[in-house]
Amino acid sequence: MSRRPLVRECPPTTWYFRQPRYLRYMSREITSIFVGAYCVLLVVGLQRLSAGPAAWEAFLLGLRSADSIVFHLLALAAASYHAATWFNATQKAMPVQIGEDFVPGNLISGAHYVAWAVLSAVILYLAGVF
Amino acid sequence: MAKSHKPVVWFPFAAGGTVIAFFIPVIVLLTFLAALGHVPPGLSYERMHAFAGSGLGKLIIFGVVALSLWSSAHRLRCTCFDFGLRADTLAATVLYIAAIAGSLLSAVYLLQI
Amino acid sequence: MSNSPPRSQPPLAAPPGGAAASLGRPGGSSERLVQLEVLRYNPDTDTEARFQRYEVVCQEEWVVLDALNKIKADIDPTLNYRWSCHMAVCGSCGMMINGEPKLSCHAFLREYEGVIRVEPLAHFPVERDLVTAPDDFMEKLKRVKPYVIPKEKKPISEGEYKQTPAQLMKFRQYSMCINCMLCYAACPQYGLTPTFIGPAALTLAHRYNLDSRDGGRKERQEIVATHEGVWECTFVGACSEVCPAHVDPASALQQMKITSSIDWIVEHLIPGGKSARDTVSREDAGDIS
Repeated sequence: MSRRPLVRECPPTTWYFRQPRYLRYMSREITSIFVGAYCVLLVVGLQRLSAGPAAWEAFLLGLRSADSIVFHLLALAAASYHAATWFNATQKAMPVQIGEDFVPGNLISGAHYVAWAVLSAVILYLAGVF
Repeated sequence: MAKSHKPVVWFPFAAGGTVIAFFIPVIVLLTFLAALGHVPPGLSYERMHAFAGSGLGKLIIFGVVALSLWSSAHRLRCTCFDFGLRADTLAATVLYIAAIAGSLLSAVYLLQI
Repeated sequence: MSNSPPRSQPPLAAPPGGAAASLGRPGGSSERLVQLEVLRYNPDTDTEARFQRYEVVCQEEWVVLDALNKIKADIDPTLNYRWSCHMAVCGSCGMMINGEPKLSCHAFLREYEGVIRVEPLAHFPVERDLVTAPDDFMEKLKRVKPYVIPKEKKPISEGEYKQTPAQLMKFRQYSMCINCMLCYAACPQYGLTPTFIGPAALTLAHRYNLDSRDGGRKERQEIVATHEGVWECTFVGACSEVCPAHVDPASALQQMKITSSIDWIVEHLIPGGKSARDTVSREDAGDIS
């Protein structure tokens, strides 16, 4: 009996439809498109800021459009989803062992969520939102 | 088989991923408020100019923008491969150059403030 | 520790009779007609795989492996698949069940409705029916040197290499691997880039790197820190989700990315750190193996 194994290729462009977890992974990766696009907006904002008060005011005014609101909502969702996946992953990449036992993973990610909330609140406060 | 130089691109990706997680959502929220017409007082020209004018402010802004850009570019490179684009060297070159160009521009603009 | 590769030739087929018949408890259990769609491939006659539908009466509490054993015993003795322990220990009976990598001895029929689709493990060549060729994994497993390479060799007269409970706990989770290869079947990056060393082998490298008795990390880094090592991983996390032994390969690989990155910095950016790399090459050159 000769060996003649059958090779079944992993479809390179459609593999992520095979399991729901692959779609979850791809949605995490796709957040980079929106975050990246938002970073480009930040660079443009810096340019406007360096160009003087009139340019900066025009930049802020330019943000007020339906397209911009939709884009901001997408970027907000993407950045928040990225943050959640990132904080949940930290316990895996950097587990903490005290004595024999490992610190429970949800304690590590929980600490990240708390720090995130505090930091965000501080930034909002400094920006005068409240 | 030689050891990989991937850490060069991966370390800033990991650092940027952390920066994005902690900073980008709240920054998006701030410009989102501006987009809705409620510009937060902190986004006024005077206060933004003062913040970006200080050494620490420049450093923070540059760190956030450069690392976030790099992290997004690196993840996008992997995503291109995941979608079946096998021209990885091309995708990597284009995206990394874009991230570096964005960072350099940010530095130039910040130094002009 | 069960880290040695599994028995060289797990049985290709169920022994006559199978475990199915013995599993039916007297009284109490209800029967159910189960439909299975099983991938068939005969290398002697087929050029491609096909699905074959079986209907078999099963006990409600059976697992998919029991159903396959019943089919082999009563309906179709030509059906081929691997299994051994029937208790999620040996790691032989991994299959794709409704597209999910599972140990078929651990896939309870009551969790499935309708036709159950049974395929060989994804990303491995199909030897025959549900039997896959594990050669690639076995070869990679050897390359990461999954055994203790003593930090300091000492004569037996000096006694055993001692370890504290804390030192044991540091790697214990990663030592639970049963080499079932479900993580390889779950990992899309292994499917897309077959040169990837992959979750289980790299995790075992990590297990020995973390062992306080071990001094072989530098040697393993020659495989771990290559493109085909940890750097093919994009942290999909599927490996950890399907692992029947809760080994969590995804965490091991992320940790190795961090330590490999620190290595790189030491080797390339810190003056004098480069010698670490040279030392390894010299050791390798002197190594007869």
